[in-house]
Amino acid sequence: MTPEELRKLASSQEEARPEPKHRIKICVAAGCLSARSDQVLQALQDEIARRGLTDECEVKGVGCLGLCTAGPLMVVEPEGVMYEGVTPEDASDIVNSLGGKPVERLLCPADSPFFQKQYKIVLENSGLIDPEKIEDYIARDGYTALARVLEEMTPQEVIDEITRSGLRGRGGAGYPTGLKWSTVAKAGGSRKFVICNADEGDPGAFMDRSVLESDPHRVLEGMAIAAYAVGASQGYLYVRAEYPLAVKRLRTAIRQAERLGLLGNNICGTTFSFHVDIRLGAGAFVCGEETALIASIEGKRGQPRPRPPYPAEYGLWGYPTLINNVETFANVAPIIRNGGDWFASIGTEKSKGTKVFALAGSVKNTGLIEVPMGITLREIIFEIGGGIPEGRRFKAVQTGGPSGGCIPEQYLDMPVDYESLAKVGSIMGSGGMIVMDETSCMVDVAKFFMEFCMTESCGKCVPCRVGTAQMYDILQKITTGEASMDDLALLEDLCDMVKHTSLCGLGQTAPNPVLSTLQYFREEYIAHIVDKQCPAGVCQIHRREGH
Amino acid sequence: MNQPVRVKTLKIDDRDVSGREDETILEVARQNGIFIPTLCHLEGLTSIGACRLCLVEVKGVSRLLPACVTRVEEGMEVYTQSERLQKYRRMVLELIFSERNHICSVCVVNGNCELQSMAQTLGMTHVSVPYRFPRLPVDASHERFVVDHNRCILCTRCVRVCDEIEGAHTWDVMGRGIDSRVITDLNQPWGESETCTSCGKCVSVCPTGALFEKGKPVTERLKRRQSLSYLAMMREGRR
Repeated sequence: MTPEELRKLASSQEEARPEPKHRIKICVAAGCLSARSDQVLQALQDEIARRGLTDECEVKGVGCLGLCTAGPLMVVEPEGVMYEGVTPEDASDIVNSLGGKPVERLLCPADSPFFQKQYKIVLENSGLIDPEKIEDYIARDGYTALARVLEEMTPQEVIDEITRSGLRGRGGAGYPTGLKWSTVAKAGGSRKFVICNADEGDPGAFMDRSVLESDPHRVLEGMAIAAYAVGASQGYLYVRAEYPLAVKRLRTAIRQAERLGLLGNNICGTTFSFHVDIRLGAGAFVCGEETALIASIEGKRGQPRPRPPYPAEYGLWGYPTLINNVETFANVAPIIRNGGDWFASIGTEKSKGTKVFALAGSVKNTGLIEVPMGITLREIIFEIGGGIPEGRRFKAVQTGGPSGGCIPEQYLDMPVDYESLAKVGSIMGSGGMIVMDETSCMVDVAKFFMEFCMTESCGKCVPCRVGTAQMYDILQKITTGEASMDDLALLEDLCDMVKHTSLCGLGQTAPNPVLSTLQYFREEYIAHIVDKQCPAGVCQIHRREGH
Repeated sequence: MNQPVRVKTLKIDDRDVSGREDETILEVARQNGIFIPTLCHLEGLTSIGACRLCLVEVKGVSRLLPACVTRVEEGMEVYTQSERLQKYRRMVLELIFSERNHICSVCVVNGNCELQSMAQTLGMTHVSVPYRFPRLPVDASHERFVVDHNRCILCTRCVRVCDEIEGAHTWDVMGRGIDSRVITDLNQPWGESETCTSCGKCVSVCPTGALFEKGKPVTERLKRRQSLSYLAMMREGRR
């Protein structure tokens, strides 16, 4: 299939349906769905059917519109009016207002900084297309990048384009994507694999989930382009089983793409074949680590193994394997369509493009945002996020999940990129961003993440298995006022040891939340230990006689 | 079909040594009488780099590398005994001792235990972290052997020897993190295991008193860990 044929297909799909006068797009991604958006969708459809307006007005479930805190969200076209907090009872008011004055009480200001400050590449289709219709994706230039790659480009040219874009792995570590692709392309052997890591597990993070639920074809297209570039013919999408909606939409998407010859044998009529299968994770955080993920796909216990050899050389079943994160693959098609130089023009010197963050915690506007690299934390939290609710004071922002750190107020004007975040003791991570105000106790926060690492440790290497448990116990002692300064010294020793001796990234980064809170909020630890007080009033200090 | 073997020259603790390209730092060090401590490693079994005792420093590499799985490279400069490494190794041991019950005086392999002698060798004088002492079960359902989980250090030698040498794969690991435990079959009592051949290889490779033979006095519970290298040699047909 050539790009022209693709476009013809897309437009024929559009023509087949008469253009309705009104179109209501309602978010049916996880956030809004949990706020009953499926019932709102049903209520609207019933209302329209009852009034016999089915030909004039179309109701469509779409992907994430971003401002999850105000869900369920919907957009009414052609007016472009956005509504928030819609309930099934609002259906008749909304249908009444079609073509007239919008429903005042439900309006969501689309010109707020939350929407204006964002720059969408990965989420460009999110909220615009029906994730269960491949025609919608094709109508927005979907699969044209794949068609172009197969028609016009050699694998080396594809890799060069990705290298030129400066794209770095969005899973957290920021390894240059072009370099990874060329390593796998160079690795010899009869078989190679492409794996998409969708085992998103950081607490409070849902970037990959939203991409998969809102625009699954984008990820498949990215994988297919990658497979062509590195010479693979089989791909696996490793998704956590806790994301049933994402899995369902991916299954639908794979079936649709295969039917149109955009996946499977002889894609677009060329000799290139690429099959994608889904593998479900069984709820282990460590399976997001690439070697553990590979073991899990192989049917083994999900445990990491020492690297090298890296998967690029010795991966799935011993064959060279390319593993990238969902968001990384989601960036591939736009880079091919618009060129690597276009992508490289966005962001900072070493961190190109945009990054999707799941903004959560103590901010007014929680939700999913995509911002150019190099934006400051202050812009994200106070402009896009709308600041701290109820006039409370900002205290810290936690980035990077259990592997990241807490960044205090003095670094709010720092640009968000891989290097800057690492410099202040945190990491970019996969994109979780949890804002904390004065009512959060930093020792308690550190304890929360340590408990997470302790329960998610696979148990293979000693420092992570026993070290995280010992560190958790000390933090527990501190938060109950039973610790001494010797315990604090021991905690610091353990942090240093676990960080430097653990086998995989989980253990090596597990001390980060403790180290960063110790660096910036040491006085809170001291208050718990010496004064037997929790400054934020979170921890239950056991007062003993004599204190 | 003899492939040409490439030989690499490198330095370990400032001594010039050489090794084949498929050899690890640990192998080359041992050939040259340089001591690197190990617990999960056992010659004849696949190395997994889990106990972290064999971590070494390599010049120009910021991370510490496990000697048991890291191949030698030309011009490598390896340091095995820095103060930092010795501190980390002692802490690894302390963590192992704190994890379960390792009271030597009441242990069936007292005096014949790799963990015990490693603590002596590395100069571990005390355990600075609190003992956790979980109460774990002892499975004596097998007619000849006993597994005492309180002594297990999860080195998984038993799992590997059963899978790789005996081919039975009776042993595996259950649970996660600090709750991990070795199990027989699908966590059935050892005595009811349908796959166990009662060969006793797991018992002879176990570094501690977690696996032991019934009806023998402590002084006769010597473990024959070296028998494996012969098996491995025959299996691989080389060296």
